[in-house]
Amino acid sequence: MYAQMVKSEGMKSLEEMSPEERAFQERVDRGEKIEPKEWMPEGYRKTLIRQIGQHAHSEIVGQLPEGNWITRAPTLERKAILLAKVQDEAGHGLYLYSAAETLGVSRDELFEKLHSGAMKYSSIFNYPTLTWADMGAVGWLVDGAAIMNQVPLQRTSYGPYSRAMIRICKEESFHQRQGYAIMMKMAQGTPEQKEMAQDALNRFWYPSLMMFGPSDKDSVHSAQSMAWKIKMNTNDELRQKFVDETVPQAEYLGLTVPDETLKWNEERGHYDFAEPDWAEFFEVIKGNGPCNEERLGARREAWDKGAWFRDGLTAYAEKAAARRAASNVAAE
Amino acid sequence: MTKKEWPLWEIFIRGQHGLNHRHVGSLHAPDAEMAIKNARDVYTRRKEGVSIWVVPSAAITASAPSEKGPLFDPAESKVYRHPTFFDIPDEVGHM
Repeated sequence: MYAQMVKSEGMKSLEEMSPEERAFQERVDRGEKIEPKEWMPEGYRKTLIRQIGQHAHSEIVGQLPEGNWITRAPTLERKAILLAKVQDEAGHGLYLYSAAETLGVSRDELFEKLHSGAMKYSSIFNYPTLTWADMGAVGWLVDGAAIMNQVPLQRTSYGPYSRAMIRICKEESFHQRQGYAIMMKMAQGTPEQKEMAQDALNRFWYPSLMMFGPSDKDSVHSAQSMAWKIKMNTNDELRQKFVDETVPQAEYLGLTVPDETLKWNEERGHYDFAEPDWAEFFEVIKGNGPCNEERLGARREAWDKGAWFRDGLTAYAEKAAARRAASNVAAE
Repeated sequence: MTKKEWPLWEIFIRGQHGLNHRHVGSLHAPDAEMAIKNARDVYTRRKEGVSIWVVPSAAITASAPSEKGPLFDPAESKVYRHPTFFDIPDEVGHM
């Protein structure tokens, strides 16, 4: 999930397809995994680069709002836990970049596209983390929403993407539970602490709902991506599932979901809930969210200021290789 | 921006003593030593292994997907390679 509004290419019926395309689609339909060197439609390849790349960027940029609190965690244990969580996000980004690279794009190209704004990351990371309770809300809601999407993506048709998702899902549950544990502690704390927890829920509720992307009726790229099994559920299905699972968790905390229309619908067997403000979503995607500039600025700065270090390691590796080669010659 | 990209390495981890190293994924690093250091952080954060191998991705030669038939199909008709192909009477006992 961390991929929103990924533009996908074309949509053909089986009759319109070339023999190669039809054989490919039939393999996907049978549930076979597609591997890097095998034939695939150009649209499949391009769409996956966009989707996996955006997912990877989200993991990397997603470290920033939480990194914000590492030095200010309330206890040494909380600090160690948050540090481990943020380190996991870096790992998730690396698994996904590697998966994207099997499709013929280089790591540096992906970074460059992130830094130039040509590729996006999830809208959620353009919101600020103002209090310690936000670390709870991010783990509980943001990682919770991500899990909704990532669990079905373990069955995606592209082998390297599927394997990355399996690794990520194994680790993601820790993230959500550590967030919920923070929320429990604060909700059961002093009135001020409970108020902070409520405030964090108020601010992160709708941005979390936005993570699933626009409503199905406005989501133009879904059909092709679902036929290719690189998208497993519609945006609205996943959003509903998230609300249904999260509302009872909020009740347990004694916190109120900031939606007056929220109501259990006996007939549907689901909660009815208010849609987020989609105008706000499109603004954030366009680059006008509260923290877009800060997040991208931090990424660019880290990349630019780290250049001397990357170059240094490369120079050392080259020198060491030359020295080894020379000593081999001498020994012969 | 760096002109030269770090090469790609394939990472193999031995999960437990006595098991084979298994391919777990890949990563970029300037040299083998750094690849091992990075592999430790990327692939063994939860004590997933007791040993790491790193191999330059460029050193791997893979069979082509189109060779799948000629390479693997001939084994299909050789069912006699499996022990259950042969009926041994119960009287003979365990074999």
